[in-house]
Amino acid sequence: MDKNLLKYTIRLGDNCLVLGQRMSMWCSNGPTLEEDIALANISLDLFGQATSFYSFAEKIDAKNSPDDIAFKRDADNFSNCLIVELDNTNFGFTIVRNFFFDCFQFLFYERLKKSNCQSLSDIAYKSIKEVKYHLRHSTNWLIRLGDGTNESNSKVQNALNEIWKFTDELFVLDDLDQIMIRDGVGVNTLELKSEWKNLVDKALADAKLKVPKNTKMVYGGKQGKHTNSFKELISEMQYITRKYSDARW
Amino acid sequence: MSEENSEVWEVFIQSKNGLAHKHVGNLHASDKKMALENARDLYTRRNEGSCIWVVKSKDIVSSESEDSEAFFDPSNDKMYRHPTFYKMPDGAKHI
Repeated sequence: MDKNLLKYTIRLGDNCLVLGQRMSMWCSNGPTLEEDIALANISLDLFGQATSFYSFAEKIDAKNSPDDIAFKRDADNFSNCLIVELDNTNFGFTIVRNFFFDCFQFLFYERLKKSNCQSLSDIAYKSIKEVKYHLRHSTNWLIRLGDGTNESNSKVQNALNEIWKFTDELFVLDDLDQIMIRDGVGVNTLELKSEWKNLVDKALADAKLKVPKNTKMVYGGKQGKHTNSFKELISEMQYITRKYSDARW
Repeated sequence: MSEENSEVWEVFIQSKNGLAHKHVGNLHASDKKMALENARDLYTRRNEGSCIWVVKSKDIVSSESEDSEAFFDPSNDKMYRHPTFYKMPDGAKHI
């Protein structure tokens, strides 16, 4: 069994699952009926992507089913980046967060398509179509809100100021990333950074938004050090499984 | 998003290339892009379409029900307008 590949695969799934769970919290709380459904669609896409990664993880190590991986791990065993777990806060905040992540995920899957690992490459081919749509959705809203009224502009600018410090974690490499890059399996995310910045800058200019200066970046999600609200998210997500361990649906 | 910024749009979906776009319903949106994306999310969740049109409801010109006699009754007794005397070629679809 390739322990590194297993860990890497679960990590990629965690980003999708946790953002999917956050997005599901919009269900019935969306700003309009139409947008409510759009957000729930995105959430379901992300759950689907997480399922693809976790199903592949089960092939690597048959001990854990996708449900075990999602519902039977403690919060500090999740290795998602912090940006995906941030509270939805308000619609503008959710849009800015998703926009940064969608840009990243789009570039990431483009590279993962070329992975030596056929299963990861297949997941990337399938998922990138969905991510292109997510990126389109978040970009259009970012511009609509940023270039909208004074109130909408200031809400998304405040959100951006708050979220910016979580963006660098998407790109930093740890030992596991290095091994996966060496093996031709993983993506060198450092190489994505300038492309990501170009995509972001272009949309921010259209949205009349600015990147804050002198931000101290925050890291830790990949190592299991999560933000305060993350435990709540996980306990809500795992509530049924924890309470009724043989529950089926 | 406040309601006064949004308008009603009518949605038309083409299920396959070559077929006509069919009216499927309407939605609220505040601009073209949003209308198209909302239409995709609301009306093509089960793989219904290959193309979507959205049109502002207010841009649709409709006949009025009080005009229906003048508009439609005169065609009732004009049988010769129905091409019932032709045989349909076997290969012709979607006519």
